[in-house]
Amino acid sequence: MIEVRISRKLAGCGRPFTLRADFTSNARRVVLFGHSGSGKTLTLHCVAGLARPDEGVITIDGRTLFNAQADGSPRVDIPPRRRNVGYMFQDYALFPHLTVRRNVGFGMERGPWRLGREGRQRVDELLDFFEIGHVADRYPADISGGQRQRVALARALATSPSLLLLDEPFSALDPLLRRRMRDEFGSLLERCGVPALIITHDPDDVDAFAQTLVVYAEGRTLPPLDFATARSGMPSTVEMLEGLLLEGAVIPR
Amino acid sequence: MSDLAPILPSGVSLAAPVMLTLRVAGLATFFSFFAGVGAAWFVARGPFRGRGIIDALCALPLVLPPTVLGYYLILLVGRRGLMGPWLAEAGINLMFSWQGAVVAATVVVFPLIYKAARAALESVDHSLERAARTLGASEWKVFVRVSLPLAWRGIFAGTMLAFARGMGEFGATLMLAGNLPGRTQTLALAIYDAFQSGNDAQATLLVAVTSVLCMSVLLLAERLAHCGRRMWS
Repeated sequence: MIEVRISRKLAGCGRPFTLRADFTSNARRVVLFGHSGSGKTLTLHCVAGLARPDEGVITIDGRTLFNAQADGSPRVDIPPRRRNVGYMFQDYALFPHLTVRRNVGFGMERGPWRLGREGRQRVDELLDFFEIGHVADRYPADISGGQRQRVALARALATSPSLLLLDEPFSALDPLLRRRMRDEFGSLLERCGVPALIITHDPDDVDAFAQTLVVYAEGRTLPPLDFATARSGMPSTVEMLEGLLLEGAVIPR
Repeated sequence: MSDLAPILPSGVSLAAPVMLTLRVAGLATFFSFFAGVGAAWFVARGPFRGRGIIDALCALPLVLPPTVLGYYLILLVGRRGLMGPWLAEAGINLMFSWQGAVVAATVVVFPLIYKAARAALESVDHSLERAARTLGASEWKVFVRVSLPLAWRGIFAGTMLAFARGMGEFGATLMLAGNLPGRTQTLALAIYDAFQSGNDAQATLLVAVTSVLCMSVLLLAERLAHCGRRMWS
């Protein structure tokens, strides 16, 4: 189960922005949908510990990762390296100077360099599972976009995270590949059995992955929806999402 | 070199200033490397109070006249300087010694490494460092496994520049270590000395040697930059 109830102000240049994300879900796949700039990535960063909310609470399966509330409960802010979440970045953020094998093994090294025997074994298993064994000794720049995506997923899963954070998992792929990878990716995700928080602005992704759907409108979240229920009776996912965004725009703040 | 002996003043060989220059520049680069990269890492990590002042202080030796640096160093490590009594107790004498030349050159070349390292570290894609953190890496591991390897070329270029600059260090060295043939007289000082005393032939020889040396450093740097490309993986 994941619970996110946070707020964060960004001063920045230009117009000020306030993120207010509030959702709880038991689903194995939660999709955060919204226009770019609506605060989805910031939410993911907060969950991973890469950004710090001004206040709020974040828990995964009952484990508190962050807590800063006015109710006097003890302050918690676990550093990213101890949060045990797998983060797949939008452009995958593979280490360009390390081979595929070393990329996947990075999170399992003991100390700054050494990969133990179990580590090597687990890397081999993951390379097999994701069918990237034949490019294990190549560098990220020398493999295809689809392979890169699988390397990124394998690397994020290597540390046995309790939650996967996927930031626009398909936006770095070309459109034809995107369709094929979406199916493949879905079944890989299903097989590895780790719950995932997926952000996207692509209705097709919502269609393919959402169990729980959280819609972002101008930095605020609408109450989470059960996707199957919300979708039934609507002519298409696109129309359903348009309706939700419209509804979000008129919610009083 | 024996046929050149007549034009060299008695008791002074060409080897002495060359070796001294290489030793001083090498040690100064070595010390500045760790200090410069460390400072760059600290400053590049992000905004904090007093960051601008620290950055300006680190770059200051680049713009201050070397004589001013030399003067500051004398105030700091001279016999009556701030650290003078402490250094004397430890048995270290930096005034008019080759160790003093190392200290002077270290301060002079520090900003070159600092500036290059800071620019290189800041240009590393931050999402790679973030990725490393989510994969359980400590800040130290993020630095040695991700930031440093990806910033390596820029840092290396700055280091080589620092070494070349260290070989030519003149002003601060003269103030702190003096110009003692065979002890603190580096190539730059020896050239000035030879020219001042009207020994044009020797000056020309030293100038030629210095030029060849600097050229070799630059060529070697280019070579090493190519070899080192994949040494981190």
